[in-house]
Amino acid sequence: MTNVICIVCPKGCHLSVDEENGYAVTGFGCERGREYGKKELVNPTRVITSTVKVKGGIHPRCPVKTSSDIPKGLIKDAMKLLNSVELEAPVHVGDVVVKDICGTGVDFIASRNM
Amino acid sequence: MNTNYDVIVIGGGPAGLAAACEAYDKGAKKVLVIERDKELGGILNQCIHNGFGLHYFKEELTGPEYAGRFVELVKQTAIEVKLDTMVVEITQDHIVRCISAKEGYQELTAGAVVLCMGCRERTRGAIAIPGDRPAGVFTAGAAQRYVNMEGYMVGKRVVILGSGDIGLIMARRMTLEGAKVLACVELCPYSNGLTRNIVQCLNDYDIPLYLSHTITNIIGKERVEKVIINKVDENRRPIPGTEIEFDCDTVLLSVGLIPENELTRNAQIVMDRRTNGAVVYENMETSAPGIFASGNVVHVHDLVDFVTAESKRAGAAAAKYALGHKAGGPVTEVKTGSCVNYTVPQHIRRENVEKGVDVFFRVNNVYQDMVIKVTSGDTQLCAFKREHMAPGEMEKITIPKVLLDKASDEITVSVEHQ
Repeated sequence: MTNVICIVCPKGCHLSVDEENGYAVTGFGCERGREYGKKELVNPTRVITSTVKVKGGIHPRCPVKTSSDIPKGLIKDAMKLLNSVELEAPVHVGDVVVKDICGTGVDFIASRNM
Repeated sequence: MNTNYDVIVIGGGPAGLAAACEAYDKGAKKVLVIERDKELGGILNQCIHNGFGLHYFKEELTGPEYAGRFVELVKQTAIEVKLDTMVVEITQDHIVRCISAKEGYQELTAGAVVLCMGCRERTRGAIAIPGDRPAGVFTAGAAQRYVNMEGYMVGKRVVILGSGDIGLIMARRMTLEGAKVLACVELCPYSNGLTRNIVQCLNDYDIPLYLSHTITNIIGKERVEKVIINKVDENRRPIPGTEIEFDCDTVLLSVGLIPENELTRNAQIVMDRRTNGAVVYENMETSAPGIFASGNVVHVHDLVDFVTAESKRAGAAAAKYALGHKAGGPVTEVKTGSCVNYTVPQHIRRENVEKGVDVFFRVNNVYQDMVIKVTSGDTQLCAFKREHMAPGEMEKITIPKVLLDKASDEITVSVEHQ
């Protein structure tokens, strides 16, 4: 039995996950929490947000995020991919900034218009 | 030039944008948003992490995305926006005086005004940290703007004081950008941030959290060189002999937010010393008729979703006032009982409540298995059970109108053990 605090929403439910029983989750407040509990032990993932350089925008940096969650172990490698990126305005929400992060099929996308 | 508006909203952050949109939707024709920064969106623009909008949009957005949706909504309306413009004074009779480089000094008038100025961070001076005065001490939010918007890295070896959400978010952000975050130091025996942020910002990156500790010395000539922390006793006084030394070049402060109410105070609007915001009625109207307030300028929220909901109420009420419907009638005062630090609203005009009234508050400590009671005199109006309560988590209860009508001119919200 492992205790996990759910990070899906700000409520922060206290979950218990039973590894020896097919990763059965108790203590969740919603279906997303149940899924999170299992995933956190089997294959923990996170959405990563950061910034990249941008030319001609209202600010010198443009915020980006992963289009979906990626394995926790890949966070450092994913961050490195952003160092060499330089966008040029105009940028639109959802524009792909880096395609297929470390073979995951997940992209870095812009998270604002600029 | 016509300088008369139905509704003027001061501040173009999430509160101001929601208030303006709602005022417009509810029939106010001439609506103006005044923003001192060069773009709309407020602090959300620097909050590039995700987790916003789960309540309001039912999906997980980053700060800029959440702001962007409201900016798009504003663009689809005839709402006017003045950027790079600073309001210097408002008056009880709805005159708004502002200045900008482009338009100079202007005097505007409005049927109703909504105050949405948000809050600012407490600084080193506000909490009087002893020690040298070198460079390298930042508030967490200022550092967040430098890193996320302006592209400056603020340091390499970091100690964070305070476990508020901005501090926790910055611990992760600095780590991802290659800095070493040595410690997050919290005076209270519990964290003041959301639990999920402790997990995904500190635990994920093995950043130690020192509860019941504080910074007792900052050492450095030009730049921060060392920070000393001490354990504190139950009265929050440092215990001699418990010093821990950190070699670092940067200190980030996440030690609370102060509603930015200079305009409010100057206009002689009645303030609440507990929230540092204006005293408000059920529709977010202040003591000055036709001047409303919403968002962090009234009380500091945990979630922007709740700021949006509150600001929509303020915007709707402002439109109603501007169109000639003024609220009145008998007033019920909301008093704070045991364990409750403050309530918003502080006053309820019973005739102005439709189905029920939402009351927001914070408790003064961490509690398990509690019950929230609303009483009027010796009568208990309603009760709500809570498994877990903490000062870092804003509580909300809804008091139905039918029960409120049974109350006298005073109700008390208290929290007791079950």
